[in-house]
Amino acid sequence: MNDPLLLQLLTGITIGLGAGYLGAFMVLKRMSLVGDALSHVALPGIALALLLHINPFIGAFAALTIAVIGIWTLEQRTNLPSETLVGIFFTISLALGLLLTPEPELLEALFGDIAKIGPADLFIAILAVGITFGVMSYARKGFILSIISSDLAKASGIAVRHIHFLFLMLVALIVALGLNVAGTLLMGSLVIIPAAAAKNLASNMFSYTWMASILGGVAAGAGILLAYFYNFSPGPMVVLAGGVIFLLTLFSQNTRL
Amino acid sequence: MDSPLLAVNHLSVRFERDVLKDVSFRVNRGDVLAIVGPNGSGKSVLLRALLGLVPHEGDVEWSGNPKIGYVPQKLAIEHTFPLSVREFMQLKEPSHEKIIELLRSVGLGDHDSYHLHHHILNQRLGLLSGGQFQRVMVAWSLADHPDILLYDEPTSGVDVGGEETIYTLLDKMRRQHNLTLILVSHDLNIVYKYANTVMCLNQSMICYGVPQEVLDPAALTKLYGGQTSFYQHHHE
Repeated sequence: MNDPLLLQLLTGITIGLGAGYLGAFMVLKRMSLVGDALSHVALPGIALALLLHINPFIGAFAALTIAVIGIWTLEQRTNLPSETLVGIFFTISLALGLLLTPEPELLEALFGDIAKIGPADLFIAILAVGITFGVMSYARKGFILSIISSDLAKASGIAVRHIHFLFLMLVALIVALGLNVAGTLLMGSLVIIPAAAAKNLASNMFSYTWMASILGGVAAGAGILLAYFYNFSPGPMVVLAGGVIFLLTLFSQNTRL
Repeated sequence: MDSPLLAVNHLSVRFERDVLKDVSFRVNRGDVLAIVGPNGSGKSVLLRALLGLVPHEGDVEWSGNPKIGYVPQKLAIEHTFPLSVREFMQLKEPSHEKIIELLRSVGLGDHDSYHLHHHILNQRLGLLSGGQFQRVMVAWSLADHPDILLYDEPTSGVDVGGEETIYTLLDKMRRQHNLTLILVSHDLNIVYKYANTVMCLNQSMICYGVPQEVLDPAALTKLYGGQTSFYQHHHE
């Protein structure tokens, strides 16, 4: 695995598959902006990791975990919706992150730097995406039912609050993972765009979730290749590739309803 | 005499204001209890309190740990929500044959098998008509053979003809499966026809008993205020 492009491609596609799959559920849960805002929460964690010379993924995931626990706890104790809480955490973290991040690394933290990806990152990506798929398929019924109606889910004996926490933790994991590819500013779109495109095409949950996953992988792969051949920054190219896919799906049958 | 299936004593629910105040009643096995009242009178909250979904004061005692089926008033499903009827039913019942059987039992399989597969099973849940959706919900709630069904009638989305048949269906299911029913209804004619007990609810309990005995003009005026002129009782 010495070819840097191959390494970037494999890591990017793996993350794209996981982000698309998880994003499918986020879009249905109307948490599209939560992923976007959460990615900004990672900034202070990345800043600390850079200062301490450890893998930024670890710093980002730690910051996101703290944020998720904070959001979940506040959600249980107040009537504020996720979006409001994430919005609050987002601005505070962004401010903190901007102050903490050393200036030379600020661009890298904001937009990602796929060139720095090493074999360890690919290994972490495969492991984390594997965990995401595993957990989601194990708790799939509970997830879907709690999206449709939390009352119906609770009445069916599903631990809705725990499922929501598990889901937020998976979002934290995938967002932390994607920061290398898309950076804190653009990671949210890697989660949302493939799912939004798949929703335009799919007529059932099975095709929707897998299509979102595959489109996430395709967007990541295409973006990284285009960036490589035309000498652009990969993060924005991945997002633009996803955008083009979304635009194409607008011509499908579903969107004419 | 058997102990009641459900005994509710001094049930109160308070959010920012009182939603339910000191409600007490009993439900025996095989009963059909209809809950009537104006919008915002606490009917849906009462069902949710019985299920333990909202914090409440007072006692809700189920006897013998019965299996409870629940059909909420609405689901957070839009037209584009990518969940087919088949997948929705599979959340509770994995067997394809049993799903078909359930859908047929609620009157969704009267047409040929092509129609059932293409227009119901593979259809997105959000694209069903109001009547079809209610039938799917009833089929779903019956999948795990409940002892009691809590049915929260939607305020809109089911045409009048469809509404009549959903109650005929519930009545049929009740007889076939030996079900106890608690239903929220807006139609007093339905209450007369199908319920053996009625509760008039407007935060507190205004009347409770056999519909023909307790649903008198005085109770209805108290329940609905000046809006009772729409009320008409068709004797059969």
